[in-house]
Amino acid sequence: MAERSLVKAPRTPGVIAGRLFIYALLGIAALYFLLPFFVMVITSFKTMEDIRTGTLISWPREISLEAWKEAWSSACIGVNCQGIRGYFINSVKMVIPAVFISTAFGAVNGYVFSKWRFKGSEVIFSMLLIGCFIPFQVILLPMARTLGALGIAQSINGLIMVHVIYGLAFTTLFFRNFYVSIPDDLVRAARIDGAGFFRIFWRIILPVSAPIIVVTIIWQMTQIWNDFLFGVVFSGGDSQPVTVALNNLVNTSTGVKKYNVDMAAAIIAASPTLVVYILAGKYFLRGLTAGSVKG
Amino acid sequence: MGFAGRFQLYLPRIVLSPTVLAAVIFIYGFILWTAWISLTNSGLLPRYELAGFLQYVKLFQSDRWWVASRNLAIFGSLFIFFCVIFGLILAILLDQRIRIEGALRTIYLYPMALSFIVTGTAWRWMLNPGLGLERLVREMGLTTFTFDWLVNSRMSIYTIVIAGVWQSTGFVMALFLAGLRGIDDSIIRAAQVDGASLPKVYWRIIIPTMRPVFFSAIIILSHIAIKSFDLVMVLTRGGPGYSSDLPATFMYTFAFTRNRLGFGAASAMIMFMAVMAIIVPYLYSELRVKRNG
Repeated sequence: MAERSLVKAPRTPGVIAGRLFIYALLGIAALYFLLPFFVMVITSFKTMEDIRTGTLISWPREISLEAWKEAWSSACIGVNCQGIRGYFINSVKMVIPAVFISTAFGAVNGYVFSKWRFKGSEVIFSMLLIGCFIPFQVILLPMARTLGALGIAQSINGLIMVHVIYGLAFTTLFFRNFYVSIPDDLVRAARIDGAGFFRIFWRIILPVSAPIIVVTIIWQMTQIWNDFLFGVVFSGGDSQPVTVALNNLVNTSTGVKKYNVDMAAAIIAASPTLVVYILAGKYFLRGLTAGSVKG
Repeated sequence: MGFAGRFQLYLPRIVLSPTVLAAVIFIYGFILWTAWISLTNSGLLPRYELAGFLQYVKLFQSDRWWVASRNLAIFGSLFIFFCVIFGLILAILLDQRIRIEGALRTIYLYPMALSFIVTGTAWRWMLNPGLGLERLVREMGLTTFTFDWLVNSRMSIYTIVIAGVWQSTGFVMALFLAGLRGIDDSIIRAAQVDGASLPKVYWRIIIPTMRPVFFSAIIILSHIAIKSFDLVMVLTRGGPGYSSDLPATFMYTFAFTRNRLGFGAASAMIMFMAVMAIIVPYLYSELRVKRNG
């Protein structure tokens, strides 16, 4: 992305004032986006007493870690008072295999759709693409019955299966669009030399796939970690992912509302995707735009 | 051709077959299955004798469904409008050779990395009338200030708009910024040489050439709006009463907590048809453009 190079304006007072105005607006926008997270963080370090007497943006009178401890290991979610630790681990157990499997299938599928096209493959690809867009409400009821019939209802394995299936369309799309930009001649030359389908994949395609693998893994990880709909419908009790547990914690109506515990739990639930975003924001953005601008 | 050769020929299709099978069963098959359930009189358990459009008739007679649909219209239009306006303004401002552009972009976009459940939790705390923003403004001196949208059945849907816009504006900004960077500088320079002011250049030349980006952004945002579920569940649970229900929460409530499968399936089919009415023409135009271009 090149910086825009407009005609340089002379530095008159008017131009300088204009620049200051632009920076001021951008600064206000930055505050607006940061404020909710700032409020979450300071609230999580307050005591309930401090919350009752202070305001949203008042600094904690003393930094208390109580809310964090409680959110992690002793807050009551439903009847289970062991914090969100177990649910966090559920999410990890769900995300790792689901991301790995859907990415692996996506890579091979994308390779076929871009380099081994056959009659009808474009039609199949379009059919698959629809899968990126269907509102999942339309498959929930049959899936619930199917998971039951397979004996994996309310289990982490069931959730993994659901996430793999409905992630395939996206991962295939990502890899296919990336591989389209690799010159066909490279593959053709290898075929003339007698290399087969998988040999070309391993030797030629996979070694140049690192960027799209990173994009896909980040995309899938964010989607699956942050998912709530599948989690709330297809999991129960011990198998719930962290988003469902957080929602249950926040919506528990018994007893005094502990906002500091809610905030600590929310930050914990957000931390994996937030860390990935901060470390690899460039790839995150590429996934977002690849997932939206089709073709 | 020997067996090995033929195997090689069919290998791509064989490799693709698990995915195709999964799509046929779990996407298309399941949609038909849901359509079937929606045409039956299923309650707690699915029954498969067809009962015609009974469930759809009930759906359209249900006051709650119309509340959910009207809420979607309110939420969807405001959500799209504000995301596009704010996203466009931020993108244009960021496009003015800003020194710390990278850092600002990171700040504007981080909400997209969060789960809607996390976003909802944060906003639920800030919007709660007792200790949240209302209290903050009162402490600042405006003692009669009230901000109770979260518990006010006439205003609750607007809290979903507030949180949704906060979450998705950065994404729209990124789309517009990419669009702005794709515009040929020479056109703009020529206009400037002709004496057009910068705002005029944007209004007359740049914004009109970004029509495809507007189109994509609006399609994606309407898709997000129709599917919105998490944010409502955590912020208001559809309440007070069912004043902030959306079709997605409506479907969940009837299919999974009230055990009215046929009714829930009918609402899911209406959602599906609404999404397809938006997405299919979009995909068609996108794919056609790519082929011609």
